Amino acid sequence: MAEVLVLAERTDGVLRKATLELLTIARRLGEPAAVVCGAADESTIGVLGEHGATRVYVVADPAVDEHLVVPKVDALVAAVRRAQPAAVLVTSGAEGTEVAARTAVRLDSGIVTGAVDVTSGDGGPLVTQSVFSGTWTAQAQVVRGTPVITVRPNAVPPETAPAQPVVETLDPELTRASPGARVTRRAPKDRTGRPDLVDAAVVVAGGRGMGSAEAFGVVEELADVLGGAVAASRAATDLGWYGHEFQVGQTGKTVAPQLYVAGGISGAIQHRAGMQGSRTIVAINQDPKAPIFGIADFGVVGDVHAVLPALVTEVGKRKA
Amino acid sequence: MKIIVPVKYVPEPTARWRYADDLTLDRAQVDGRLSELDEYAVEQAVLLVENGLDATITYLTMGPAKAADALRKALAMGGDDAVHVSDEALHGSDALATSLVLARAIERIGFDLVVCGMSSTDAEMSVVPAMLAERLGVPQVTFAGALAVGDGTVTIRRDGETATEEVVADLPAVVSVTDQTGEARYPSFKAIMAGKKKPVTTWTLADLGVEAFEVGLSGAATAVRSAAPLPPRQAGTVVVDEGDAAARVADFLVARKLL
Repeated sequence: MAEVLVLAERTDGVLRKATLELLTIARRLGEPAAVVCGAADESTIGVLGEHGATRVYVVADPAVDEHLVVPKVDALVAAVRRAQPAAVLVTSGAEGTEVAARTAVRLDSGIVTGAVDVTSGDGGPLVTQSVFSGTWTAQAQVVRGTPVITVRPNAVPPETAPAQPVVETLDPELTRASPGARVTRRAPKDRTGRPDLVDAAVVVAGGRGMGSAEAFGVVEELADVLGGAVAASRAATDLGWYGHEFQVGQTGKTVAPQLYVAGGISGAIQHRAGMQGSRTIVAINQDPKAPIFGIADFGVVGDVHAVLPALVTEVGKRKA
Repeated sequence: MKIIVPVKYVPEPTARWRYADDLTLDRAQVDGRLSELDEYAVEQAVLLVENGLDATITYLTMGPAKAADALRKALAMGGDDAVHVSDEALHGSDALATSLVLARAIERIGFDLVVCGMSSTDAEMSVVPAMLAERLGVPQVTFAGALAVGDGTVTIRRDGETATEEVVADLPAVVSVTDQTGEARYPSFKAIMAGKKKPVTTWTLADLGVEAFEVGLSGAATAVRSAAPLPPRQAGTVVVDEGDAAARVADFLVARKLL
């Protein structure tokens, strides 16, 4: 059976949950194999094996991380040439999508982005996409080259399928100085201790109806008591109430958590495009005509300043 | 210095979109416009020049005759001239083919800086800037929230969840900008009239040395097999808060095993 390559991503040395989801999808399509950029310690190899990777390609050259995107393309293309895989899976996201895009050009292979599901099909993987701002669903296939597929986080729950991976080191020529974009300054943000927005199982979001930056305090409290991430609508980020890196919607992040709580968000189409794939939606809004109620599984017409704090207390009580 | 801004003519976001019989987005039935996310790229290019950068701005689009409207809108906002790649054979082109045609056109125009929007508002793939950079053999700095050009480099600021980064690349380079770069201007009547007088050149595939079999539906490396509108999400229970809403939400979460 042909291998299916998964581009592994790590945050502070720990594999992202989204990578484990890709391995789960890869098992439907062939033999899962991971590509690791940078040195791979025992724990990385161990977790990849636990989730079904039968082979791990390691590109250990530290230069793989010195520049953005391009060296990872070099690494991934080298792994594709070595493995001749049935498909390449990459997590959707700023860098992942660009690595996939450049890889597709280099291989002259078709690319399908933003998969919400991938299944085995006649003539190659069948990719399900949510299109037209999430109002349509489409099935697409790659018909030329090695299929390159980017998959949204939370498309499937990660499953364990223990394997003993064979570790193979690759040493491709990496593009160094030029054409390189380099990070010249990096101002880390305070760690919130919350999960990454796109990976989170629970997302609590605030919108214009929150009324102020201070009011996001209770959004954070609810996120924390539910173990979730905080998000905001574009209206709220444009008003400076919350960082726009937490914006959900067409020009922000697309999320699909188990639970999405929308506080003071009316639910314009641009916002819905980023969250209507959520499993369960709870909405609290003053305006009974707000479009968010049309897609919410449970809606409360009421004052967010009263309902959200009460919900923090109520959830806290029931968890105790 | 030469700045090129690739722009896309897309269906109005408020229109009712559907697939045509050949499983491409039906563009004939709906009004179109310059993609809102490309307006930010136009604005940033125009601002660079207004703020003293010695550069010309050329807009580039590929698409049917009506796509020229997108170029006219951009030219009304500022800039010098535009190129419209128009060819029957382009219908149904995928991202690979689109990037091939745009890259050939960009090479032919000549460039120091390519400024793109972060994504189209129709296909929403966000892959063309990276593909252009790959084909042109230059660096890419994408999802810029702010950008500056000087000393043969382009510098951007990018806001991530864990850090704010400053990223620098040598020119020539490809940049993409987000909606955080600032409101796009609304052209005055006078600017619209001036825009109508700016030169727009039309090229066919033959002008770019691209063969018809490399593009369009038949040249696509991807194929849509089926498409259907999603059944609208069913509205669930809606209650009016009478002081008990928090408890009722918690009950609901317990029933759904979310708590």
